Amino acid sequence: MKLVIGIVRPERANDVLEALYRAEVRGVSMSRVQGHGGELDRVETYRGTTVKMGLAEKVRFEIAVSEPFVAPTIEAVIEGARTGEVGDGKIFVLPLEQAIRIRTGDTEEGAVTPVGS
Amino acid sequence: MKGIDTGDTAWMLGATALVLMMTPALGLFYAGLVRGKNTLNTFMMCVAAIAIAAVTWTAIGYSFAFGDANEIIGGFDYAFLHDVTFAPREDSTIPHLLFFAFQGTFCIITVALISGAVVERMRFGAFMLFAALWSVLVYSVLAHWGFGPGWLFNGGTLDFAGGVAVEMASGFSALAAALVVGARKDWGRQALLPHNAVYVLLGAGLLWFGWFGFNGGSGFGTGQNSVLAFVNTLLCPSAALITWFVLDLIRGRTVTAIGAATAIIVGCVLITPAGGFVSPGWALALGAAGALPCYATIAFRPRTRVDETLDVLAAHGIAGFTGILFIGFFAQKSWNGLSDGLLYGNASQLLDQVLAAVAAPTYAFGMTFLLLKLIGLAMPLRVPAKEEAVGMDVTQHGEEAYVTGEGAILVSTEARGEDSVPAAEPA
Repeated sequence: MKLVIGIVRPERANDVLEALYRAEVRGVSMSRVQGHGGELDRVETYRGTTVKMGLAEKVRFEIAVSEPFVAPTIEAVIEGARTGEVGDGKIFVLPLEQAIRIRTGDTEEGAVTPVGS
Repeated sequence: MKGIDTGDTAWMLGATALVLMMTPALGLFYAGLVRGKNTLNTFMMCVAAIAIAAVTWTAIGYSFAFGDANEIIGGFDYAFLHDVTFAPREDSTIPHLLFFAFQGTFCIITVALISGAVVERMRFGAFMLFAALWSVLVYSVLAHWGFGPGWLFNGGTLDFAGGVAVEMASGFSALAAALVVGARKDWGRQALLPHNAVYVLLGAGLLWFGWFGFNGGSGFGTGQNSVLAFVNTLLCPSAALITWFVLDLIRGRTVTAIGAATAIIVGCVLITPAGGFVSPGWALALGAAGALPCYATIAFRPRTRVDETLDVLAAHGIAGFTGILFIGFFAQKSWNGLSDGLLYGNASQLLDQVLAAVAAPTYAFGMTFLLLKLIGLAMPLRVPAKEEAVGMDVTQHGEEAYVTGEGAILVSTEARGEDSVPAAEPA
């Protein structure tokens, strides 16, 4: 089991979701985060105050998957999120020690494999 | 010539301010209906409309609308406020200058209304150029026809507060603008939802409030027509709201807030042309029945490929069209002192109304289509897809509506001297 974390542009979040659905990866969490990944800073001015926005809005996906789904998940996130410009984001893959489905108490593969598929 | 009436003048000063308030209120209404990343740009289109239309109206627009050169267009008599002074116009009891300002606020909001068709993708600069040309070439001409000494007005068409120049003009121009500018890139692919329903309701509420000046001021005084229009502005939208509630219940089993906000606008638009001409009872009927075609248009439009984003056609074009025709049936001389409609034995009034209901949409649609095609030759009308994705607020204005300040690094504040120490750079 792996935990795939994808940090992507907010405007690509819908494309990532679509790509994940197409890859039949179900069971996704997403949250809005702010981050800095080397892209050019945006300059904004509010009355007399000019600021460089060092942090950009990003969307963070967390997807826990069984081994056979690791590669398709990564491909789907890349397919949905890539624009080719700096700031497209990152994918981190972490080993996952345990997963438990709260409703049933299922552990391991049973907990990350969606019901109904 | 009548003299100045101080009571009339006092009311018209207030009414003018009320109508001007409608444009920022419209900005709020529109801003709530778009996605959060386009809040400021949407609002700014309305703010820009005030700036631009007020200036073009002064320079030439007012003259084209209310000058007396011929029945198609007003000529240059009043250009740059020539001869527009404290003396009243003929058959008027308020200073000519005040009449000019009151009418100017109408031009402003009409320009702002069209922005609803092109929000979330049209370049701010291109919109401003469009606003300037449209205010003169479309609004002023239709205002001349409907309000001024133009051919519809002289021919007997009844239009109390702008079914021709404001509502049908903006609605059918919006359709043309949506067709020329094209759909948003995510249209039909993603759910594009309103980001703040409270803005929408508050904006609609403020618009309704301002509309008492819009309709109540269109009698240019405190006479019976003004009082009638004022009262009808309370009744018609209320009836439209009830119809909307019922339709919402039938369609989705709940009464929706954004539906209610839309119903308020639709009700106000329906009564705009008819305000001073129909009885309070018929105003209620107009709200109740007139909401139907507007609701149907709003329900149908998303199934088409036309991304007329904020339904200006349904809420203004169709409602204005309905209101104009309604006068032809239900106008009552005993209430308005001018003319009866078909129901009260005067079929020719309906004919006059039909003429307006055909001519105004045709001119507005055709001229706007042509105008935007020409502007499109000179400059791109829309932002690149990438900027549309990031959002109009950041790309067009370098600001965000909901900025948190986290991660913002101070570059400069003008209050500080030159010896200021640069703030910390990110690690």
